[in-house]
Amino acid sequence: MSLERFISDAISPWMKREGPESDIVLSSRVRLARNIHQYVFPIAADKESAHEVISTISTCISEESEEAENLEMLMMEELKPVEKRVLVEKHLISPNLAEQAKYGAVLMNADESVSIMVNEEDHIRIQCLAPGFQLEEVLHRANEIDDRIEKNVDYAFDEKRGYLTSCPTNVGTGLRASVMMHLPALVLSKKMSRIIPAINQLGLAVRGIYGEGTEAQGNIFQISNQMTLGKSEEDIMEDLAGVVMQVIQQERAARKQLQDGLKLQLEDKLFRSLGTLENCRIIQSKEAAKCLSDVRLGIDLEILPGISKTILNELMILTQPGFLQQYAGEVLTPEERDIRRATLIRERIKLENR
Amino acid sequence: MNCEECHEREASLHFTKIINGEKTEFHICEHCAKEKGEFLPGSNSFSIHQLLSGLLHGDGHVPNTPSSNFIPPSLSCEKCGMSYYQFAKIGRFGCDNCYKAFESKLNPIFKRVHGGNTLHAGKIPLRAGSSIQEKKQLQQLKQALQQYILNEEFERAAETRDVIREIEHRLQQGRDT
Repeated sequence: MSLERFISDAISPWMKREGPESDIVLSSRVRLARNIHQYVFPIAADKESAHEVISTISTCISEESEEAENLEMLMMEELKPVEKRVLVEKHLISPNLAEQAKYGAVLMNADESVSIMVNEEDHIRIQCLAPGFQLEEVLHRANEIDDRIEKNVDYAFDEKRGYLTSCPTNVGTGLRASVMMHLPALVLSKKMSRIIPAINQLGLAVRGIYGEGTEAQGNIFQISNQMTLGKSEEDIMEDLAGVVMQVIQQERAARKQLQDGLKLQLEDKLFRSLGTLENCRIIQSKEAAKCLSDVRLGIDLEILPGISKTILNELMILTQPGFLQQYAGEVLTPEERDIRRATLIRERIKLENR
Repeated sequence: MNCEECHEREASLHFTKIINGEKTEFHICEHCAKEKGEFLPGSNSFSIHQLLSGLLHGDGHVPNTPSSNFIPPSLSCEKCGMSYYQFAKIGRFGCDNCYKAFESKLNPIFKRVHGGNTLHAGKIPLRAGSSIQEKKQLQQLKQALQQYILNEEFERAAETRDVIREIEHRLQQGRDT
């Protein structure tokens, strides 16, 4: 398969569109957790009831949905490990659904902006994604799907506690909203370590999406709400959006400061990173992420012209182990992956220079 | 010393955890240690549910001290069969009825997890919601009725009373079907 073809298949169509504030906010996501009253939750379910849940959901979605023809259902049992891994790397399913769920399934629409996980921790997890900063739009979309499903099933709902979920951390609205942000200037100017505790105090979580522990590879952070009980969906979204706007302004200010004060040093760093990506023969994911983040910053600051903006999002996903192995068509050792990763990145950048 | 998990067998494994300088000790028997495999050294998978289960056990592991929030071993959910002990261990409910079965234990948990909140303030499903919304409306109307009577606006009071009767009638029918 040609690289162009592979990339176009690998990248979710919704990611190719550009959203508001896309120089900093890569994507917005909303997830609603729902359960069906008549069945026990997936952790307590036997095979029979788990399969009934799947068929109930797939029928009521195909009955109610105008997008029915677009929603494709994949059963976890029928997928190969590498296929599941690719879905995880595209953020279409959770690692938990891929590895733990016994009778899991996922329904996805054609542009992969909607995915409905079945029998994850809860019976239903509706996920909607959009490029850039579009929290209201994704919530609206998720609510529409929620209403459509609800026409045919009795949700586990309690007047006092709201939507009942398997984990006490999701009860109430069942809503988890998150925004993926690229914050290189705040990291470079060492401001992130002060911003994170401040955001945490407001009941929001900040974490790196790639990399282990506190390290955020590629300077990509996810900010999401923690509380789901006691606040309305609108309030949750408003609080999150308010903080995200603040962080956007801080990042813009930090970028400007860098450009004003350390222009040459900044250019040097960004051009070197581009050079590394263009010339590397062996590259680990950590270094690749760092260089990709630099190149993306260079694009946003118009220091590195003529490279498409989507390169960071694209290559962060494409250089994950699952994708590398899918592209190679075989299982790779970590050393082999580093070689493949370098080749893939070089070829991808060559596509830009044509 | 008895095991802090089952409170029956002799504790044979003794752990000391130091997290951010805070030292906690716990003592369990081999049987329970196997069940709680994730807590054994060498395994680094630590999930939200394990953190939660720490909360659900109450403040710290203090065995052999009779406390006010003693949980009878019989406390369990009749729909899915999950016991409160199991719930506390895995940090997840087995079904929607667990919320009713463990109701008396839940407020402190929700308060800790959701910044002091225990009551839902968001979306209500359309289907289940109609009766809930009507109940809320009913409350408001009853308050308005009192106000009209106090203000001696008897005509309005009569109208409101009729609306209340109508809603009450509908709710009653809904319950019968």
